[in-house]
Amino acid sequence: MTEDRLLQVRPAGQHALLVQLPDAERTGAFHAELLRRRAAGTLPPVAEIVPGARTVLLDGVPDPGELARRLADWDVPSRPADDGGVVEIHVRYDGPDLADVAALWGIGTGEVAARHSSYTYRVAFCGFAPGFGYLTGLPPHLNVPRRDTPRTRVPAGAVALAGPYSAVYPRATPGGWQIIGTMPDPAPLWDLTRAEPALLTPGTRVRFVAEDGAA
Amino acid sequence: MSAKLTVVRSGALTTVQDAGRRGHAHLGVPRSGAMDAPAMRLANRLLGNDPDAAVLETTLTGCALRPDHGVTVVAGGAPCPVTVDGRPVAWGAPVHVPAGALLNLGAVTAGVRTYLAIAGGVAAEPVLGSRSTDLLSGLGPAPLREGDVLPLGTPVRQPALPGAAPWPAPPAQLVLPLRLGPRVDWFTPAALRTLTSATYRVSPHSNRIGLRTEGPPLERESTAELPSEGMVLGAVQVPPDGRPVVFLHDHPTTGGYPVIGVVAEVALASAAQAPVATPVRFTLG
Repeated sequence: MTEDRLLQVRPAGQHALLVQLPDAERTGAFHAELLRRRAAGTLPPVAEIVPGARTVLLDGVPDPGELARRLADWDVPSRPADDGGVVEIHVRYDGPDLADVAALWGIGTGEVAARHSSYTYRVAFCGFAPGFGYLTGLPPHLNVPRRDTPRTRVPAGAVALAGPYSAVYPRATPGGWQIIGTMPDPAPLWDLTRAEPALLTPGTRVRFVAEDGAA
Repeated sequence: MSAKLTVVRSGALTTVQDAGRRGHAHLGVPRSGAMDAPAMRLANRLLGNDPDAAVLETTLTGCALRPDHGVTVVAGGAPCPVTVDGRPVAWGAPVHVPAGALLNLGAVTAGVRTYLAIAGGVAAEPVLGSRSTDLLSGLGPAPLREGDVLPLGTPVRQPALPGAAPWPAPPAQLVLPLRLGPRVDWFTPAALRTLTSATYRVSPHSNRIGLRTEGPPLERESTAELPSEGMVLGAVQVPPDGRPVVFLHDHPTTGGYPVIGVVAEVALASAAQAPVATPVRFTLG
């Protein structure tokens, strides 16, 4: 049985491994441990460390077999809930799907802001577009489905929900998530003039701060 | 004073490409880069450029350009007629284009993508360490449009390869060796037999993001939803319609459909040169 095996290593071609973990929390802990070992210089060469929902992809690995053997011996400490800094994102809770989300949550439209901004989130992984982070932190009973019909254009700065995730759109794209609010100045989400262009890198903790809708 | 190129005809799709940007997949940034990397490198080496100097990657219909200074160029990859002010010149070998002359790369006679290397390289502004156009996320220079002016780098004049270089012919049949995994267990044994025995064809919906195929669908063992996971170059992803898609250079960094196997990177150059309807075989290895 594999139930007590934390890491399940799957082949992904000649130069990569896909490491699967039992849940989001341990995926985050494993990702943090990879970054810690890379910073300490004890990780073999890896070009890309790409977390997913339940996996971390290690790509650009000269010898995946050797790395897989080493991973088998890893002890992955759980991640403290309060490690690292917190990015604050100001939000006007004025999205077009606010009423739908309120109905799904069984609360009033005016209560969504307080509820959504009461949790601390963490960037589980990125994808879809540069700087688009998938944030975990909503409790399961507040998960919402995607919209039946995606929008052809979701504006930059849209704060939106789908499944277990919250996200802020770094730029205008099509999208099927439920839009609950707006980050008034989304430019910092993806800024190529910074050494680290993404504001929401995997592992980063995030708090949403409700702004008064009246400008 | 560096030379510039004015785009007179942009063709169906012409982009700036180099070796691409690595190390940013965790931020959702695709690798990008020349789809037929060996062709890009050979064209550059024939000029004494850095092998990964930025080049132009055309699609089927070529392009036309006018330099404001005399430049030396090599057109390689997919073969096509090359002219300077209407006079035929060499394909696959260095050609001098005088200042103000019109360099035309015609429609390909085989393959898909012609690479135009220019002595000194295309000096577009790098983004995250690369000048490559990324069509999925819009990073790097936009695809060429008529009237665009491209800055060129200063020729470095390293020792160039001798003129006659062997260019591989574009494939009549695409044979893609793949290693199974990471999600081969999501498919039925029959699907695996189908994948490695059926002949697929290159779909007209193929692009820099993926080589889409037409052929028998691959049946899944599990209909569960796959949580998003990282995707590698060459991943053979199977969407709900069951037709395998080979992820190419502008592929998304994460995806939610299972990957049955991964095509060796060395085989992807031929995938970049396979026109619509080319037969495709997947082999284990």
